[in-house]
Amino acid sequence: MKNTEIISVNSLTKRFPMGLGEFTALNGIDLTITKGEFSGVVGPSGSGKTTLLNIIGLLDNPTDGDAVILGSSSRALSVREAAILRRKHLGFIFQTYNLLPVYTVFENAEFPLLLLKMTAGERKRAVLDALEWVGLSDKVGSKPAQLSGGECQRVAIARAMVKRPEIVLADEPTANLDAENSHHILRTMLKLNEDLKTTFLFATHDDKVISYLKRKITLIDGKVSRDETIIR
Amino acid sequence: MIKFIIKGLLRDKHRSRLPLIVVAIGVMLTVLMTTWITGVLGDSINLNAKLSTGHVKVITKAYRESMDQIPVDLSLTGTKALITELKKDYPSASWVERIQFGGLLDLPDENGETKSQGPFAGIAVDLFNPSSGEAERLNLNRILVNGRLPSASGEILVSHSFAEKLGISINDRVTFIGTTMYGGMTIVNFTVAGTIRYGITALDRGSVIMDISDARNALEMEDACNEILGFTDVEYYDDSKASELMESFNDSYASDNDQFAPVMIRLRDQNDLGGLIDMMSGVVGIVSFVFILVLSVVLWNAGLIGGLRRYGEVGLRLAMGEEKGHIYRSMIAESLAIGTAGSVIGIALGLSLSYLLQQKGLDFSSAMQNATMLMPGVFRTRITPEAWYIGFIPGIIATVLGTMLAGIGIYKRQTARLFKELQS
Ligand SMILES: Nc1ncnc2c1ncn2[C@@H]1O[C@H](COP(=O)(O)OP(=O)(O)OP(=O)(O)O)[C@@H](O)[C@H]1O
Ligand SMILES: [Mg+2]
Repeated sequence: MKNTEIISVNSLTKRFPMGLGEFTALNGIDLTITKGEFSGVVGPSGSGKTTLLNIIGLLDNPTDGDAVILGSSSRALSVREAAILRRKHLGFIFQTYNLLPVYTVFENAEFPLLLLKMTAGERKRAVLDALEWVGLSDKVGSKPAQLSGGECQRVAIARAMVKRPEIVLADEPTANLDAENSHHILRTMLKLNEDLKTTFLFATHDDKVISYLKRKITLIDGKVSRDETIIR
Repeated sequence: MIKFIIKGLLRDKHRSRLPLIVVAIGVMLTVLMTTWITGVLGDSINLNAKLSTGHVKVITKAYRESMDQIPVDLSLTGTKALITELKKDYPSASWVERIQFGGLLDLPDENGETKSQGPFAGIAVDLFNPSSGEAERLNLNRILVNGRLPSASGEILVSHSFAEKLGISINDRVTFIGTTMYGGMTIVNFTVAGTIRYGITALDRGSVIMDISDARNALEMEDACNEILGFTDVEYYDDSKASELMESFNDSYASDNDQFAPVMIRLRDQNDLGGLIDMMSGVVGIVSFVFILVLSVVLWNAGLIGGLRRYGEVGLRLAMGEEKGHIYRSMIAESLAIGTAGSVIGIALGLSLSYLLQQKGLDFSSAMQNATMLMPGVFRTRITPEAWYIGFIPGIIATVLGTMLAGIGIYKRQTARLFKELQS
């Protein structure tokens, strides 16, 4: 089944300089994620979830070991190649939605496509599709300030999904949302995962998120302590 | 992408307003300073040209060597023919004869004994022939304090403070004592028609203006004068035009080694005006340089503040796969747009103010009674062609430089660090 392997993390270690010494945030992680998974890294605060997601997202480099994303080793990729890989194949969703305040919902979702140099017609179709997936077709022209937190996060999901990436990395996507909105966006992401076969990888300690996961990877002190597949 | 950036700029008032205002003000000041300095220096140069130097001047070679003593014995002769030749060869310029001379002015009492006496510097110009334009050139109507302008032979103008010092009143008979072109002594009586004030101490201390025919009679200078002034057809002195004229004229007399052969000199060769002219062209460069520096520092700081606000945006764009260099360049493109817009606003403001000051002028003449330099009392700006574009230099360079400096901070930050800003 090697060919469906989309993320592969091998003996990954990440140390941060701290004071005079070093702090080990990740300590020899081995992990494989296959296409279409809806999985999450869970664990207490400080266990290294964000650090792991950043390395998988090619935003940070490992100290030791390696992360292979879509067949490319993070060690072998130049900064530029990493950017291109992110641009084409990776989508990010953050705890704080990080929408650009001066742009409309449409323009925020359109931004990743501008980087891909798509034509205006192609962009429009893709953005309207993505906004429909997240149920915001009627808010196309609104500014982020006019939206609720849940709606903002749905725009962020549309922005991550608009280019139909292979992988979406979502770091605490529900942390700022109430229960109802959390369930709404989780159902949306689950549906996209099923319809488009997009691989989702979460970092979370929110039970609502965990209740949707099909695979739960538990991190404690920078090590994988448990890795369970959940059949629903 | 460019459309996207422009949209952001137009909507994000915080991002664009402060730099726009800073650039507009800086550019406006640059334009004002430039037009002001070229105006003041240009007027000062103009005043010199009209009073004494012309744009070019024809004199004898011997006279050139001792010009500061304005010797009449080294004058040009056969000037009727020379003027005709000049008018034929260089018809676009105007040519006028002048005699500069010195002497003593003596005010006698009723018995013919000297009541008071003082040395003066005289300028003899073509006063009675209106087509010469000399009365306007010397601005006689405006500088007249008492009396009237000379209208007949034997009438002169005397500077007001000189007249006061000697106790001369209008219509008094005064005696000129001097030396003729041939070295003989001359004593001639004149009537004082009016008094004048230049507002320039050097000139007001003791000067006399008379018609050139009177001076010729008094100094035995028939068909002679010591200076022929040429004025090119432009209002302000144009150094390259004057140089061209001078070279052409002097070439035609190159083989004439006679001491009394005519030679042409430019305004810049006289009264240390060369330095003033060089200063004028240098000043524009210095002004823009200073404004580039000051504006850059201000905009650098504005850029840093703006950049801090935008760490989140930068992190986000990096996460979405935009390259650092691309982000950096797009910020520079933004600053280019702001710089251009700010420059246009600043130039419009600067030129409008300059135009106002060009038309109205600022009158400092009352405060300048004691000025010793040949500076005009009314300061005017002057809009030269370069005033239209000079503002773009600090406006755009400073904005881009400021953004580049501010952006280096963002550029140097590691991707991971910038990205962290997103999660905080
Ligand atoms: N740039 C850094 N420099 C130093 N230490 C860091 C850095 N980034 C993370 N750490 C440390 O690494 C450890 C893991 O951090 P990480 O953000 O991955 O935790 P987390 O599991 O995402 O926690 P949380 O649930 O609170 O988000 C923490 O102790 C953190 O202080
Ligand atoms: Mg975290």
